[in-house]
Amino acid sequence: MDRATRLALYRSLVEIRVLEKRAYDLFLQNLVKGTSHLSLGQEAVAAGFAVAMRKDDYTFCTYRGHAHTLARGAPMVGVLGELMGRKCGLMGGKGGSMHLTSVEHGAMGSYAIVGAHLPVAAGAAWSAQVRGTDQVSVCFFGDGTTNIGAFHEALNLAAVWKLPVIFVCENNQYMEYTPIREVTAVANPAADRACAYGLEKILIDGNDADVVHRTARECIGKARDGGGPSLVEALTYRTSGHSRADPGKYRPVGELDDWLKKDPVVLYRVRLVGMGIEENALRDIERAVERAVDEATEAAKACPPSGVEVIEKDVWADGGSSWRN
Amino acid sequence: MAELTYRDAVAAGIAQEMARDESVVFLGEDIGAAGGVFKTTLGLLERFGPRRVRDTPISEQAIIGAAMGAAMTGLRPIAEIMFSDFFAVCWDMIANEIAKTRYMTAGQIALPLVIRTANGYGSRFGAQHSQSVENWAMAIPGLKVVAPSTPLDVKGLLAAAVRDPDPVIFFEHKGLYSTKGEVPDGEIVDRLGTAKVVRQGEDVTIVALAAMVPKSLQAAERLAAEDGISATVVDVRSLVPLDTKTIFEEVRKTGRLYTVEENPRLCGWGAEIASLVAEECFYDLDGPIVRITTPHVPLPAADLLEDNAVPTVDRIVETVRRNAG
Repeated sequence: MDRATRLALYRSLVEIRVLEKRAYDLFLQNLVKGTSHLSLGQEAVAAGFAVAMRKDDYTFCTYRGHAHTLARGAPMVGVLGELMGRKCGLMGGKGGSMHLTSVEHGAMGSYAIVGAHLPVAAGAAWSAQVRGTDQVSVCFFGDGTTNIGAFHEALNLAAVWKLPVIFVCENNQYMEYTPIREVTAVANPAADRACAYGLEKILIDGNDADVVHRTARECIGKARDGGGPSLVEALTYRTSGHSRADPGKYRPVGELDDWLKKDPVVLYRVRLVGMGIEENALRDIERAVERAVDEATEAAKACPPSGVEVIEKDVWADGGSSWRN
Repeated sequence: MAELTYRDAVAAGIAQEMARDESVVFLGEDIGAAGGVFKTTLGLLERFGPRRVRDTPISEQAIIGAAMGAAMTGLRPIAEIMFSDFFAVCWDMIANEIAKTRYMTAGQIALPLVIRTANGYGSRFGAQHSQSVENWAMAIPGLKVVAPSTPLDVKGLLAAAVRDPDPVIFFEHKGLYSTKGEVPDGEIVDRLGTAKVVRQGEDVTIVALAAMVPKSLQAAERLAAEDGISATVVDVRSLVPLDTKTIFEEVRKTGRLYTVEENPRLCGWGAEIASLVAEECFYDLDGPIVRITTPHVPLPAADLLEDNAVPTVDRIVETVRRNAG
C-alpha cells in the first residue's frame, strides 16, 4: 500500500471520528433532534472500504450511516445540516440522521429498517450486471441483521445470480442492547453462515484499517471481474451506545476499556508513525479535519431550517404530491 | 384488431415495452421458463433472454428489493408478486422503502418500477390467495395504483405504468384472466389517473373497479330491463392518481352514487370516494351514498361462499333498486 493511500485512510478515519463526536456534541446542545446512531469505534470499516471503492460504485448502509456517507465524499455541511434539519442538509431535512443519501457520491441511501437494504444492494449489482458496467455494490449492516429474513434472501439471490455485491457485516457485538451471541445459533453471525450460500468464510479484524482495506480490495476486485458476491464479517465495537438514548449500561465492566485499547484511529496512527510517516503530516491532517468540521458546523448552524413549503414536495417525479385531478 | 384474453394482454404489454426500451427488465417467481403460474408471461424469456427476464427464488423481499435497487441505478424493472396476498411478506420493501425513498431523499432517487400482481377472488383458493388488497396500496403515499378491467386497458395501462417515472402497483384480476376483448394492433399506451365511463345512464352512478366492473355492467342491464332504472357505470381504473373529475361529473349528472368494491368493508377505496363526493358534491346528491362491498371478513374458499361474499350482480341490483326509488 502506498503512502498516499495510507494517508487517505487515516484522513477518512479522522474525519469520521471528529464528525461523529461533533454530531454528539450537537445533540447535547439540542441542535440535533430525533435519534442518531454513531460509528465511534467502527470507523475503520467505513474508511477501509470507501478508500478501496471507485467513484461510480454504490454504497448502501444502515441508519448507522453517517460514517459511510461521509467516507464516500459527501460534504460535511450536508451531513451536519441534515442532522440539524437545515436547508443545506443532504436531503433538506426530509430524511434525517437515519436516511443520509448522496447519490452523486455513490451513497445510495441509509436504510432504517434492519435488513431492507441488502436486497436493494443486490438489485443495484444486478443492474450493473445487466447494463454491462463493472460497477460494484457494497452493503454495510450490523450483526443483528444476520437474523432477519431479508439477509438470507439477498445472500441467496446474489450467490445464485453471481452479483457484483459485497455484504459487509460490522459485528459490533451488540444487536442493540442484547449481545449478538445470546440470540444467534452460531459464533460468527455472518461468517459462519457464508457456507450456506456457497461463499468463503471471511472473518477479519474490523478495527485494523489496513486489513479492512486489503479485504475490500480483494472482494471488490473479484466482484468487478465477474467472480460474484462476498460476505465479510468485520469484528469491531461501538464505543458509544446504540443510539443517543443509550448509555450502554448493559456492558460488562472492563469490556469497553479492552476495546478502547484497540481504537482503530489510535492504532492506525501508531502504525503510520512506526512506518516512518512524519508526525507533522499526521498532525496536518488532524488540524485540517478539525478545521473542516468546525467550518461545516458553523455553516450548518448559519443555514436556515427547511421551510414548510417542502412538506408536499417530491413524492412524485413531477416534484409534487398530488393524488387526484 | 385482434381479440386477446386479459391474460395474453399482460404478456403483450410487457413485450411491447421490452421491445421498445432495453432498460426494461422483468423478474419474479416462475415467470420465465414456466411462463407464469397464470400463464400471463408466456414467451417472454424466449424472446428477450435470461439477461432481461429472470426467474427468482421464492423470496419476495429479494424480488422487490432487487427491483428497487435496479430502478435507482438506471433500469426500469417490472417485478411480479405471484399473488397480491404475498405483499404482506414484502410490505416493508413496498411501503417503507419504495414508497418513501424519493421523498426522503428530496428527489435524489427515482424509482421507475412496476410491481404486477394477481389480485382478487374467484379461484377458490381461500383467504390467503384471494384477497383484494388495492386499498392497502392506496393508503401509502408514494405509490401509484392501477387495476384494469379489460384486455385493452391491461395493455395500455401496463405500458403507461412502465413508462411512468414513479413506482406503480399494477393489480391484475385473476378472475378476469380468461375474459376476452378487442385490442387494436400496434403500440398502445394509455394514461394513468383516468377513469372511463363504460355505460352512460341517467338515474344512478355506479363506480366500480376491476372484476366489479363487468358485474356492475350486468347489474345495470338488469336494472334497465327490470326496473327502468338507467345506470351510469364508471370504471375507476386508477386509484392513485384518482380521476375525481370524471367521477364527480358522473355523480352530478345522476345525483346518486353507488360504489362496488371487492375489498372488505373497512377503509375500502369506496370510502375515500364517498368522502370526497360528500365533501365536494354534497348539494348535487339526491340521496345517501351507498357502498356495496365484501363484508368485513376474510374470504372463504368454497365456491358458493366465495361467490356470495364478494358483491354479486343480484346484490348490486337489489341494493340500487332498494335505494334508488
